[in-house]
Amino acid sequence: MAVSERMILNIGPQHPSTHGVLRLVVELEGETVVKITPHIGYLHRAIEKLCETKTYHQCIPLTDRLDYLAPLSNNLGYVLAVEKLLGLEVPRRAQYLRVLMAELTRISSHLIWLGTHAMDVGAISVFLYTFRERETTYDLFDLAHGARMNVSYMRVGGLARDIPPEFATRLKAFMDEFPARIDEYETLLTKNRIWLNRTRGVGRLGAADAVALGVSGPNLRASGVDWDVRRAAPYSAYDEFDFKVAVGQNGDVYDRYLVRLVEMRESLKIVRQALEGLPDGPVIVDDPKIAFPARERLSRDMESVIHHFKLVSEGFSPPEGEVYVSIEAPKGELGFYVVSDGGPNPYRVKVRAPSFVNLQALPKMAEGRLLADLVAVVGSIDIVLGEIDR
Amino acid sequence: MGAMEKRATDKLKERFGDAAVLELKEFRDEVTLVVRSELIVEISRFLRDDPELQYNFLSDLCGVDWPGRPERFEVVYNLYSLRHKSRLRLKVRLPESDPTVASVSEVWPTANWHEREAYDLYGIRFAGHPDLRRILNPDDFGNFPYRKDFPIR
Repeated sequence: MAVSERMILNIGPQHPSTHGVLRLVVELEGETVVKITPHIGYLHRAIEKLCETKTYHQCIPLTDRLDYLAPLSNNLGYVLAVEKLLGLEVPRRAQYLRVLMAELTRISSHLIWLGTHAMDVGAISVFLYTFRERETTYDLFDLAHGARMNVSYMRVGGLARDIPPEFATRLKAFMDEFPARIDEYETLLTKNRIWLNRTRGVGRLGAADAVALGVSGPNLRASGVDWDVRRAAPYSAYDEFDFKVAVGQNGDVYDRYLVRLVEMRESLKIVRQALEGLPDGPVIVDDPKIAFPARERLSRDMESVIHHFKLVSEGFSPPEGEVYVSIEAPKGELGFYVVSDGGPNPYRVKVRAPSFVNLQALPKMAEGRLLADLVAVVGSIDIVLGEIDR
Repeated sequence: MGAMEKRATDKLKERFGDAAVLELKEFRDEVTLVVRSELIVEISRFLRDDPELQYNFLSDLCGVDWPGRPERFEVVYNLYSLRHKSRLRLKVRLPESDPTVASVSEVWPTANWHEREAYDLYGIRFAGHPDLRRILNPDDFGNFPYRKDFPIR
């Protein structure tokens, strides 16, 4: 019998295929991966602890920097948790706009995933196409929020501002062209022999393992588990929208790809419904103890100045209690566990980051397979180190 | 309290005795059960396996620090039942002198990294954990930075 010699290969923390600062210590026998030990924490900024020193509003910009490819989803999860602590009802227009932005974010996040994932596997041209459309989504964010990435658009009780009039026109143009764009991606990949060889049957994760490991989002659904937070526990008026939850069968890299492609199409449907059914009215609650006064009132209304001063310097104090609120972020179940001791700063904020949990399933998916498959599997999980390390 | 949470509470008391549940809290329709820490693994397994409950998905696990309380640390388990679409929160309280609780990573393998994180940030030890190393901070970090007495700057 041949003597096998194990080799230790260090991948990352600076390596393009690890999607950020992930480090993997891989034990190899020939080209077969025997053991994977992920090392994380290179992007740890103690965001949760920083929240404990800030007012509830001041935490919102920090949430942008969790999954920085889906800042609006992070905003949404966080403000929903704080609103639940407060027992606050949000205006309908704000709820719809939140859904619209969250779904546009899902599209944007999935586009980056698709481009980089395909590039990892060797299909470089896909990246050029997906980043074209991703740029359009960022232009839309820029238009509505005044920033491309770190948008901090949501507020406790609603939104920072309403969408500008030209937003709807630009969004409609995007909605009209995007389905054909997804078709384009599919012509490049879905029946591409090389793509199929690299992804089908690779990185399989069974439904029972996925649930036991806490895997959520497209990764879980690709394994055949029909669980989507938007459907199971609708928030922000999601129960008023008509959409399909994509579920796969084989739990391999290919099914994760298919699930996310369907999700982009479904997200577009939701965006369209949200835009067409957008209710009139305010985009933030009329409660001066919670919501900042409109900018123009500060120059003529003394009471607004006082409220503004109080909100900035002290913030507001929710009652003592604790909540766990989760949403369906592009990467899976994004949860915020927020504890209030009755003071103006959160006592504890714990972010249940989907990437953190999903990454834990990597050894299960890739051990025993070829090293080249590992790259495809890491790409298929769709991780963002910003929310893994927090 | 919803029907599922009530059923879970009743069944827990029936199976482990009234004294197993130290406290029951309700806030904004969310139910928190503070349970005896030495029973955490049995309780977890029961909640996961009971056909009427099936809390098979551990969404999250984390530590919380309450300096000044007789039992300084809390470990919080946010459970979910995929079958019944129900959430339930478990909690154990641990003294500062020996912040140790049995690991639930056998029950929910996803707890592995969550427990490593709670150890890394709060110094809570999880007995029986297969690999209790720091996860976010370097191995030689020497402190538990999310404790309230660790300075922020």
